[in-house]
Amino acid sequence: MGWEQLSALVFRPKVAELLVNTVLLVAIGVPATVVLGVGGAWLVERTTLPGRGVFKVALAAPLAIPAFVASYGWASAIPAMSGLWAAVLVATLAYFPLVYLPALAAIRGLDPALEESARSLGMGSWAVFFRVVAPQLRLAVLGGALVVALHLLAEYGAFAFLRFDTFTTAIVVAYESMFAGPNAAALGLVLALLCLILLGAESAARGRARYARVGGGTPHPAETLGLGRLTVPALAAMVAVLAGALVVPLASVVRWLMRADAAAFGDVGIAALQTLGLALAGAVCTIAVALPFAWLAVRYPGRLSWLLEGAAYLASSLPAIIVALSFVAVTLAFAPSLYQTAFTVVAAYVVIFLPRALVPLRAGLSQVPESLEEAARALAVPPAAARLRVTVPLLLPAIGAGAALVALGAANELTATLLLAPTGTSTVATSFWSAASALDYPTAAPYAVLLVLLSVPAVALMFTHATGRTLR
Amino acid sequence: MPSRLPSSARLRHFLVVPVMLAGLALAGCAGGAGGDDAADPDALVVYNAQHEQLTEEWADAFTAETGIDVVLRNGDDSELANQLVQEGKASKADVFLTENSPAMSLVEEADLFAAVDPSTLALVPEQFRPASGLWTGIAARSTVLVYNPELISESELPASLLDLADAQWKGKWGAAPAKADFQAIVSAVLATQGEDGARDWLHGMAENAVEYRNNIVTMKAVNAGEVPMGIIYHYYWFRDQDAAAEDSAGTKLHYFGNQDPGAFVSISGGGVLKNAPHADEAQQFLAFIAGEHGQKILGEGYSFEYPVASDVAAKPELPPLAELDAPVIDPSTLNGPAVIELMTEAGLL
Repeated sequence: MGWEQLSALVFRPKVAELLVNTVLLVAIGVPATVVLGVGGAWLVERTTLPGRGVFKVALAAPLAIPAFVASYGWASAIPAMSGLWAAVLVATLAYFPLVYLPALAAIRGLDPALEESARSLGMGSWAVFFRVVAPQLRLAVLGGALVVALHLLAEYGAFAFLRFDTFTTAIVVAYESMFAGPNAAALGLVLALLCLILLGAESAARGRARYARVGGGTPHPAETLGLGRLTVPALAAMVAVLAGALVVPLASVVRWLMRADAAAFGDVGIAALQTLGLALAGAVCTIAVALPFAWLAVRYPGRLSWLLEGAAYLASSLPAIIVALSFVAVTLAFAPSLYQTAFTVVAAYVVIFLPRALVPLRAGLSQVPESLEEAARALAVPPAAARLRVTVPLLLPAIGAGAALVALGAANELTATLLLAPTGTSTVATSFWSAASALDYPTAAPYAVLLVLLSVPAVALMFTHATGRTLR
Repeated sequence: MPSRLPSSARLRHFLVVPVMLAGLALAGCAGGAGGDDAADPDALVVYNAQHEQLTEEWADAFTAETGIDVVLRNGDDSELANQLVQEGKASKADVFLTENSPAMSLVEEADLFAAVDPSTLALVPEQFRPASGLWTGIAARSTVLVYNPELISESELPASLLDLADAQWKGKWGAAPAKADFQAIVSAVLATQGEDGARDWLHGMAENAVEYRNNIVTMKAVNAGEVPMGIIYHYYWFRDQDAAAEDSAGTKLHYFGNQDPGAFVSISGGGVLKNAPHADEAQQFLAFIAGEHGQKILGEGYSFEYPVASDVAAKPELPPLAELDAPVIDPSTLNGPAVIELMTEAGLL
């Protein structure tokens, strides 16, 4: 593709329209998720909100409903829902837990002494929140906001349902009309650029600041704020958010499930098995690739490991559609025998989900003292065997967590699977999508239920991680 | 956290082993994953852009008759056509089935089709297949205007599809420009009005049309009163009426007739790939679809598309194909890539 053709495809009104849509979506959606996420975390953690124990779990639950299932729920209940505001509404309700969870973890880790000092110096509650608490939450919230923004850029199913055009939906349309042609590539380039801008903006906003408590001892538990007259509005807001994020989509799914054809359940079983196979393969391979990365990062921190890790994070912050398109192009050009094989799907899963495995593995490895391995070696065990017999068993929980997170992500993956799946393969996500696209809501319902069930364990893992309770 | 750097030899040794292991694991588990979903190599591979349900019925009946297994790769007309062109000789496809003919022409022009068996062509009347004999029509569908009588009366309807580009119809009609179905209708506009005419019409459409994702969503929107009119193919409406009429009860159909581009009858095609690993079975499958059994599955089942071969009659609810007064267009002259280019230029893609 020459420069002229590329610039003709990039600099055209349609791309401008997509750019406006995408920028508006991020500019409205991200602050909305931050408000809901931080507000929700603050309410359940630091106030006397009635029922806050239940709300604490419930606010994480929307993560278990994939955005494209949530939008199916909304759109099949209110067919006229479409455009920017519908997209913002559904996406915000689907993604705010991505901010809520890190904010919750950060709030739990705050030292209330700082707030008390501020208060003793005469600050009011709001001032304390914005001038003392907010800066300490900045890193967690920025991280969450970045993840939300990347999700907004990468999401296909939810926005296709709501007739809202973003770069990702336009790339799928271009792919459907021209396969992996120049138009899809041009749109993909712009989308990749947007992701890089987001990553850059986030790391610039992050700055070099770090917050930590200095000194020994543990912080005493924080005082809870009496809500007083604000109790009712706070409760109402909480209930409204949860109704939109959980009740509407789930009620829709259940309503269609009641009308589903019993004969269709056989196909659901087949799709579930194929999904399981691909997801497990994805998990095993991602762990296999992540282990050396994590090992390097923990045991031999340096420029090389930093570069490798950065590359992994960068690749997986690109929308899956771009990863998939490049796999299509590369396999067709250089390895046609690998094209449309399970190998390619699994390789794409590795690229997309590597960080999900890296994070727990790094954490796990850094908790295994190297001295144990050295002790084993001192007892004349060869190094490789020492690694296998001492370190690997201690790593098993981290390996398990990483593998679970990858498998669950892969089981819900839509765009890359659509483009790369071998002929004759249908996963739960792709089957759901093909039924839902034909507006065959009842047929789609059992797959929707499965997609939700498949997401629950990952959300439970994330929740326990955020609230600092260990899984035992 | 030890900060000492390893000697380079140790680093190498330590890097090589896990990386090799990872590579082995990747190859091993991908192979394992491939074991359960890569269908057996003897199965006939059909690149299927027709409705999944219809092709599955064909495949099951064909397997029951011949014992030959069939696997489908489902996608859209132009997606799969472009895919076949990019795959070229590497393609594992045996048969290509579409809903509309521009995608067939694309593959034909890339010289990827084998000649269809003369005995199969003999089953199909000449107007439903290209003169080249490199593929054949397997079904037909008529363009229709679906409208909501509560919002617009029959006497107010536009006389021609071309009128829908006029300013008075802004926001008054829906269509699914991203789908091959609609792109085939545009190819009829291009074939009858020439490039400039098609360009003007598409710019008018970009101004006027409410864009939906596919025919069903368009019909549903007309039914719900979101827009008064929509351009779709006939069988979606008949199919829904035959079921519970949930998405069409409040709508009626209008046929433009009069050889208008809006009366375009689109031919669904089937062809056998030149590089087909299972060429004989592929010809058998195509013969089956064009034969009486295959056409009856299409003509008598849920589909409501028009059969075009083996003298199988369409469902009695449908107006006879011969009376639709469609524009006469040789299916192999419909130019898919030019349509995509014009629609991209108009900002519809």
